[in-house]
Amino acid sequence: MEKIIKGKVYVLGDNIDTDQIIPAMHLVYKTDDPEESKLYGKYAMSGLPLDIAEKQPFIKGDAYISEYQIMVVGNNFGCGSSREHAPLALQKAGIKAVVAKDYARIFYRNSVDGGFLVPFESKEKIDSFFDTGDEAEIDLENAIIKNITKNKEYKLNSLGDVANIIEAGGLFNYAQKKGFIK
Amino acid sequence: MGMTIVEKILAKHAGKKKVTPGENIWIEVDTLLTHDVTGPGTMAIFKEKFGKDAKVWDKDKVVLIPDHYIFTKDKHAMRNLEYVKEFANEQELTYYYEPFTDKYKGVCHVALAEEGHTRPGEVLFGTDSHTCTAGAFGQFASGIGNTDAAYIMGTGKLWVKVPETIRFTFEGALPPYIMGKDIALISIGEVGFSGATYKCMQYDGSGIRGISVEERMTICNMAIEAGGKCGIIEPDDKTIEYVNARTDKAYDLFYSDTDAVYAKEYIYDSAKLEPVVAKPYSPGNVDLAKNCEDVKLDRAYIGSCTGGKVEDFFAAAKILKGRKVAIDTFIVPATTTVRKKLEQITIGGENLIEIFKKAGCKVGKPSCAACLGGPEDTFGRTHADEVVISTTNRNFPGRMGSLKSQIYLASPYTAAASAVTGYITDPRKFLK
Repeated sequence: MEKIIKGKVYVLGDNIDTDQIIPAMHLVYKTDDPEESKLYGKYAMSGLPLDIAEKQPFIKGDAYISEYQIMVVGNNFGCGSSREHAPLALQKAGIKAVVAKDYARIFYRNSVDGGFLVPFESKEKIDSFFDTGDEAEIDLENAIIKNITKNKEYKLNSLGDVANIIEAGGLFNYAQKKGFIK
Repeated sequence: MGMTIVEKILAKHAGKKKVTPGENIWIEVDTLLTHDVTGPGTMAIFKEKFGKDAKVWDKDKVVLIPDHYIFTKDKHAMRNLEYVKEFANEQELTYYYEPFTDKYKGVCHVALAEEGHTRPGEVLFGTDSHTCTAGAFGQFASGIGNTDAAYIMGTGKLWVKVPETIRFTFEGALPPYIMGKDIALISIGEVGFSGATYKCMQYDGSGIRGISVEERMTICNMAIEAGGKCGIIEPDDKTIEYVNARTDKAYDLFYSDTDAVYAKEYIYDSAKLEPVVAKPYSPGNVDLAKNCEDVKLDRAYIGSCTGGKVEDFFAAAKILKGRKVAIDTFIVPATTTVRKKLEQITIGGENLIEIFKKAGCKVGKPSCAACLGGPEDTFGRTHADEVVISTTNRNFPGRMGSLKSQIYLASPYTAAASAVTGYITDPRKFLK
């Protein structure tokens, strides 16, 4: 696991559901085919309401990867469907970490167990302190996100029990390391 | 200090005498459900991690019910069906409900119950967030992603964090105009869209015991819409009768102790409840139907795991019989069994399908259809700025297809009454 995650921030508010992250019509591409699965990156966040999507496009034009590496959002991120395609799509688009006040349970779990991205919880709700395009840096060891553009720091919750699974790179790697499976 | 029903089920499956909310435990799984959308990804991870010749941990316990994208020309969706079919055959799965054959069923959560796969006291995981539907049978049932499901496929085990429980008690018989969907929406509106995150929602009281197992399924189905890990209703004679008619397998009955500890309790006087709708764009955005009667509609949609069961259509037919719909109205039976029953059950000598067709409704084939949008050619899918009243369980932006459409969630009574007037309508107007 990287100790520092650095990049441009994409900002959204509360209750971003998995239909917005990857709409149902796109759940049909092979996840295990490296070429085809790039489509999940291309269509990541394509379900955002049109006014948001027009103001701050997550994927520009025909690109398969976003210019953003970190998402900073409000409450209840990833609510709705159990589709693991949601954290997968964000990973394919180049997102390394999400910082939310809190998460829907299945999305959080999928992010960790599938090893797609690091889902941090912020101590306070901080989405209004960031603008899309700001540069940020997450210090994993000290659980801090720094808004470099605005020169402000915010505390994150410790990853707790799941740090071990994230460190291992997902549930399977963790279970192998622990000797639960061969 | 006593335990709740969910704590007892989880303790048993972890081989422990007692578990406490917040604790992480490894449990044995009784049934794993998957379908055509999340099945291929799960199966791919299973093969990658356990080897291409690996076998699932128990071929009687992996239930495969394709239901989401069946009736479409979309090539990728059809390829998903081929993928899961190959897997089912190769793994010799006992319970594979193959599309385009006599075995085809339709919506997994309803089919699972109809075919006897839901049993009290058991642990069910499914790669669909609405797997919590089966909590209606007094079991622990929860949605998971592909990686967790692949892990279960190989090992029959999974880690869970024991949830706290919120209890919703409905005192007194529900009025005849209040359906399971109203109860679900009222409870979600109470705690908020994420108010039950990581928690179990237990439904209790004489109001709940007075309604059918199908109606209870609608309630537990929507626990996820408040962020719930599961919904649960303690088993009673109705549960036992339903389950025993569909399976010979033995099961255990668990009940919450009288001194069990709840994170929070809500108590309702059933007689005071009124029909509700959830306005765009959240199932937690709940209002009384009577407050929304100025909302002009383009479409009504009656179907899905929360609105496509026999009782849902019986309720809708009571209102639609002898009347004409004022807007496009789509009827989508959840399963082939429901579809058959719609031809057998009559009101005043007319079967339900006849009633719907005479009223001017469009009747689709059993499946999830437009509940979640899906491919462009999906029956009932929105493509423009349609305002829809729907018995489905989600009204997120773009959920039914178009990002410009607006979805109002309601009971089959409210949806049918609204279909007749073309505006959101309190069904009591038609039920006097």
